[in-house]
Amino acid sequence: MASGIKDKVAIIGMGCARFGERWESSTTHLLAEAFDEALADANIGRADINAAWFGSCFDRINVGNSAIPAATALRLDGIPVSRVENMCATATEAVRGAAYAVASGAIDIGLAIGAEKLKDTGYGGLPVQSKGTLNDMWLPMGSAPAGFAQLAAGYQHRFGISARDLKRAMAHVSWKSHQNGALHPKAHIRKAVTMETILGAPIIAEPLGLFDCCGVSDGAAAAIVTTPEIARSLGKRDLVTIKAMQLSVSSGRESSTAEWDGSGVRNTQIAAHRAYQEAGVSNPREELDLMEVHDCFSITELVTMEDLAISPKGRAVHEILDGYYDRTGSGIPCQVDGGLKCFGHPIGASGLRMMYEIYNQLLDRAGERQLADVELGLTHNLGGVPYLGVAAVSILGRL
Amino acid sequence: MAPAQAAGAKGRRAFCNWDEDTVTMAVEAARNCLADCAAPSVESIYLASTSFPFADMQNSAVVAAALRLSGQLKSTDVGGSQRAGVSALLNALSRGHESALVIAAERPRARPASAQEMQYGAGAAAFSLGSDEVAANLIASSSSTALFVDHFRASGAAHDYFWEERWIREEGYLKIVVQTINAALARAGLKGASINHFILAAPTSSIAGNVARAVGLNPESVESALDDECGYAGTAHAPLMLTNTLDRAQPGETILLVNFGQGCDALILETTSLVAKRRPPTPTTHFLSAGKSDPSYLRMASFYGEISPDFGMRAERDAKTALSEQYRSSGQIYGFVAGKCSACAQVQFPQLAYCVGCQAPASKLEPLCLAEKSAAVVTHTADWLSYHPAPPLYVGFAQFDGGARLLMEFVDVDPASFGVGTALRMVFRIKERDEARGYSRYFWKAAAITPHTESN
Repeated sequence: MASGIKDKVAIIGMGCARFGERWESSTTHLLAEAFDEALADANIGRADINAAWFGSCFDRINVGNSAIPAATALRLDGIPVSRVENMCATATEAVRGAAYAVASGAIDIGLAIGAEKLKDTGYGGLPVQSKGTLNDMWLPMGSAPAGFAQLAAGYQHRFGISARDLKRAMAHVSWKSHQNGALHPKAHIRKAVTMETILGAPIIAEPLGLFDCCGVSDGAAAAIVTTPEIARSLGKRDLVTIKAMQLSVSSGRESSTAEWDGSGVRNTQIAAHRAYQEAGVSNPREELDLMEVHDCFSITELVTMEDLAISPKGRAVHEILDGYYDRTGSGIPCQVDGGLKCFGHPIGASGLRMMYEIYNQLLDRAGERQLADVELGLTHNLGGVPYLGVAAVSILGRL
Repeated sequence: MAPAQAAGAKGRRAFCNWDEDTVTMAVEAARNCLADCAAPSVESIYLASTSFPFADMQNSAVVAAALRLSGQLKSTDVGGSQRAGVSALLNALSRGHESALVIAAERPRARPASAQEMQYGAGAAAFSLGSDEVAANLIASSSSTALFVDHFRASGAAHDYFWEERWIREEGYLKIVVQTINAALARAGLKGASINHFILAAPTSSIAGNVARAVGLNPESVESALDDECGYAGTAHAPLMLTNTLDRAQPGETILLVNFGQGCDALILETTSLVAKRRPPTPTTHFLSAGKSDPSYLRMASFYGEISPDFGMRAERDAKTALSEQYRSSGQIYGFVAGKCSACAQVQFPQLAYCVGCQAPASKLEPLCLAEKSAAVVTHTADWLSYHPAPPLYVGFAQFDGGARLLMEFVDVDPASFGVGTALRMVFRIKERDEARGYSRYFWKAAAITPHTESN
């Protein structure tokens, strides 16, 4: 029986570029911004890194494919560098690559870094890509919000929730994240927004309005990982370790059979279940102190609260409206940094940006947003679409 | 815009949605004609039009693929004249015993503010030909060819160029057409007065009455030109009038079917006692009345390429089709053929290398066509962000009776009545237009069935 990743890998340094419309910066500079901060935080030199994993998603508006652009940008001379891409789980995949290499003993110190330059498309929203020669012949050419908006119809239908209640709960998700994001110096959108503004925004994909959709930003983030033993030998005291790192990818069941009812995301459920097992978490609702989840759209965060087994099925709408996931609420604060809503979603960086918040909260470095007694935090990515996608659930905690 | 055309502003005219063309209309007409999903035993297919989407790439091959006709099929595109539809029918009838599918389809294009814009409509009609249990027999015909250019459209040109209407009537219809009809009547040994149904398609509907008088037909025999229902559908118009007539004709009646265009074809048909039995499930009148009414002139102008609206940068996405991939998957994509696993019974689309339910190899998947299966909406949204030629894009999951499920584009949506559980009917449409290369790829979409469009 595999023993899992728990406590085999420590994060000794992290960095995060300021997210936003970085008109003045190319990907190279965004990578450097995150990399420099991570190196300084880890208190190591470039030459101490044995191998690196670079995450980026869109080739045409970024630095192109392969790991060569990252190795060149960061002047990582001659070491193994891999490029990973797994849609919105891309950055987490970079961490997974580095963490697994450390855990295997193949390397001592690994770098995971991800970046995306979404503001070089010339328009708002994600670039439109081919889904492959066969899929392009039959799959409808819908946008990302159209993929996720279908959760609203499925959820409403399954639980008998009125369109009005669901829309209000979705609005609260965004309202709460805007409250939090306003406090983060590196967030793209640092502005509180009223419920009225959110509810009255133009429709993007019914029932999602503009404020139900996350921002579109440039950004980069990085992590340096090693074993707890090496971390200590480097003089690190308060160690943050990876407790779990799980991935689940659709095999087509949701999109080709009658199993899926549209009210949640099976891959999140599977990845969460395995992550809790790997981390030894038996009651996530009681044990988790904060979460950074994939709030690409408000409805995604809403169903994720149930898919992660925090809210009971059909109850997320009510718990969200009760403030259970607010930073100052009674439950588990979610998106304490403002989430994708306020940071935007530079795909290759988002998973690392989420870990950056958990890491800082665990180390008591989160400034105005700092929560009390943080021991365990969860990150969640959801790539593709709810019915054909990739979900990643990671848990970080103190050693 | 053109006050001189105000007199023509009456009734309704049919126009194609952005994702419809002569190929998709031909498929729709043929489905009603063949009326079952099992591969019909058709030996040859004729597709007639002057507005084919492809000038060189057999349009009937697309229709045959969508209808899942046999690979041994003889296929012919017929074009170049308003007579193409009736000529194809005459040619196929003259071949005797062969089982043939003859389809005429037209998507006529007219210059904004022209008289033709007020007259033209889009349409298609299909006929199944054979020797057993027929609805009607050809008893005589006559043809003529003349270099009479009432109008023309050069290859690649968008619009027609017309000569004077009075000359067309006097010298064309009342001479060439009248002579050809008289020859056909003589061959059949019939007097004009014995014709029960007279079908003459012309952009100007009053011409049929003039011709009827000239050859001694009963005024009551002149069939409705369908001007108020759909407009003049070019080479498909006479065939469309014929389906409408066959829907009502009694046994033992004679039908005079005439089409003009650089000469004339005149066919005399006689219905059999099986004319009622052989009627398709959905009558022509249903198609004429069940269209979605659209008051937007600009939408029509956009669909027909008469204006070029700004669709934004998202419209720049490359829609290139890998033609080799299209050939590999044409069976399942164009025929809408799912795979039913013989091991676990799961029906799935697309068919990949293994069963989605039990991972059995593809060799265990048996073909199962979804085109005629009932389905209902599972999830849905109206996507205002994605590029779509007629926003919003309605998209979501369709659940088919019998197990298949897939993400589909929804069409003919009435937002007020559309939701989870809405019944769906599959329609063959343009999936995407590759504007850069001028290529259309086709797939099936799910049309909402509302009380208005229900086809029972």
